[in-house]
Amino acid sequence: MITAACELAIGQGLRIGMPVSKAQAMVPDLRIEAADPAADHQSLERLGLWLLQRIAPIVAVDPPDGVVIDVTGADHLHGGEEALLEMLLGRLTLSGITAHLAIADTWGAAHALARHHRKTKACIALPGSTASVLAPLPLAALRLPPATVAGLLDLGFATIGDLIDTPRAPLTLRFGPDLCRRLDQALGAVGEPIDPLRPEGLIEVRRSFAEPIGAAETIARSITRLVTDLCTALEARGEGARRLDLLCWRVDNRIETVRVGLAVAQRDPKRLTRLLCNKIPSIDPGFGIEIMTLTAALAEPLVPRQATTLLEQAPPDITDLVDMLSNRVGHRAVYRLAPVASDVPERSVTRIGALSPDQGIGWPGHWPRPSRLLPRPEPIDTMALMPDHPPNWISWRGIRYRVVRADGPERIFGEWWKRDAEAKAVRDYFCIEDEAGHRFWIFRAGDGEDATTGSHCWFIHGVFG
Amino acid sequence: MTDAVPRPNIAALRARIAHLEGAETHARKVLPFGVDALDGRLPQGGLEMGCLHEVAGGGRGALDGAAAACFAAGIAARQPRPVLWCVTQADLFAPGLEQVGLFPDRVIYVEAGDENAVLASMEEGLRHGGLGAVVADVASLSMTASRRLHLAAKASGTIGIALRRWRREADASDFGQPTAAMTRWRVSVLPSAPLPVPGIGRARWLIELIRARAGESFDLELEGCDGTGHLGLPAPVANRPATQAGRQYGLG
Repeated sequence: MITAACELAIGQGLRIGMPVSKAQAMVPDLRIEAADPAADHQSLERLGLWLLQRIAPIVAVDPPDGVVIDVTGADHLHGGEEALLEMLLGRLTLSGITAHLAIADTWGAAHALARHHRKTKACIALPGSTASVLAPLPLAALRLPPATVAGLLDLGFATIGDLIDTPRAPLTLRFGPDLCRRLDQALGAVGEPIDPLRPEGLIEVRRSFAEPIGAAETIARSITRLVTDLCTALEARGEGARRLDLLCWRVDNRIETVRVGLAVAQRDPKRLTRLLCNKIPSIDPGFGIEIMTLTAALAEPLVPRQATTLLEQAPPDITDLVDMLSNRVGHRAVYRLAPVASDVPERSVTRIGALSPDQGIGWPGHWPRPSRLLPRPEPIDTMALMPDHPPNWISWRGIRYRVVRADGPERIFGEWWKRDAEAKAVRDYFCIEDEAGHRFWIFRAGDGEDATTGSHCWFIHGVFG
Repeated sequence: MTDAVPRPNIAALRARIAHLEGAETHARKVLPFGVDALDGRLPQGGLEMGCLHEVAGGGRGALDGAAAACFAAGIAARQPRPVLWCVTQADLFAPGLEQVGLFPDRVIYVEAGDENAVLASMEEGLRHGGLGAVVADVASLSMTASRRLHLAAKASGTIGIALRRWRREADASDFGQPTAAMTRWRVSVLPSAPLPVPGIGRARWLIELIRARAGESFDLELEGCDGTGHLGLPAPVANRPATQAGRQYGLG
């Protein structure tokens, strides 16, 4: 029996569930590997662990071929749901995994969309649209036993939409309670807790409360205790946490999650507590929290270092500030800038991590550079003498400036080794100053003589201070 | 105007007022501009550290904030510790800031989603204490927000600079609203001094101190920041040849 086939084989007419002998008859030199469910499950777990460390705090294996991730409260760290899916799809493709991804309100809906929504590899169901998104999908998407699906097909049901509007009692009588449970789970009428994957050796501390807690101060106090316990456990292993997950089990069986990342490994209780306590407003305690667990999802060896010497003053430690800001606005939004060896202004700057080692180099300072660079060059109207004179006047955003003084041209050639279109491209940059002292950085696309070097239109690119 | 003879009564009154304002008992540190004409007219002889200051551009500069950014970068460059710069839109050009002395290794940028996030990041930076200066591009700054920032700066001794920048020129009238900032500056561009050859000389700014707590406002025409973040006195004012004036704070 065929359990899985590559796209090429499916193109040849092979189907999953087909006997191997038939397949061999259809395709003469077919390559066949014996199915190994145990190894599949193991590698699925490995993938789950990888996702747990990088994507979100609640990840579970959904055998035989899926992984379910609760991205609630974790998507903003990756720049939103679309960006998360795109990033994940890219990284999975790079590691040789053909993945179908879906984000939906419920596990059931995401499961169905990922497997039966064939238009795109990644799709997002907007909140509240679960029923309308599920309606056109086939019945097999509902995680039902094959016998039930076959029975429903015999009765004339083809899609989930047909089932949604049908009275439940006769269906339950005929197919048992499983059918309606699965339907409700997919539609979100019944909760479906995800049992999170917990790898061995994960440092986890846990507190259960006699009475459900809800007040912010109480949560803060419990966090302090959890962090103290966690730091003791980390210290015993000589490790520091890079990523912390706080899971709050509510009385209504939902899990509120908080994930914080750290730029360098830490086990200072005060600092970790402060990071977690900053996130308390994002925890919705509902009717109360029963259990709180704190895990170090990513831990690294942390060796004690000598903090200061008497001879020299240590540079101020700003790692905690960077952590705090990264967890507030996302780690990509906190950065430093570093030079890139490129003459094209917009390519001469790159973003590096806020705590990267010092580069020690700057940009060449032969020519003045503006303090503000427009996001993209804006076209301007000018009157200029070709080929190498600055304009007499420019008109930008409806205002005309008469040019009194100018410097230039500074010729910048296209980077022909990057794109063919830039093989002959030229930009002539001028600094100009008007009567009132406004200084602008403008350029002409093209060298003023040869039309292949550019359009000879003028653009403004920056404003000097 | 500064007094030639010390007047003990005035000094005592000033101390008393400072005490009433809830100020600290010890004198704050001061970051001098290095231009006597400017430092001499400031109440403490320089820009006070551990305070919030406001800077805005004049005219068109209220929209692009280019000259104001150079002025703020010059201040940040003249103190040795790291700098945090909070923005909503990333249009600062680091090579340009390097040319006024703010080297890229020293600046951490925070690109926050909205104005409130910028103010929150700025406050976080001011509270931390490990930074030398925190600059933030903000449009509106309420009394409450500025008071919070000022208190945060006071506790840590970090310079806070609110770089006011608006989307429309009409919104710039917001700059007249009261805030808790220690000083309020407006930096407008002026035509640079003519050179004997074609080309553009060093930038020249009209620097207006619109408001200063316990000080008088004034305006002064100065040359823009040089490669070490120092302002310069224009040659005719300094009453000496242009070559010398340029060299005094020349590129280190």
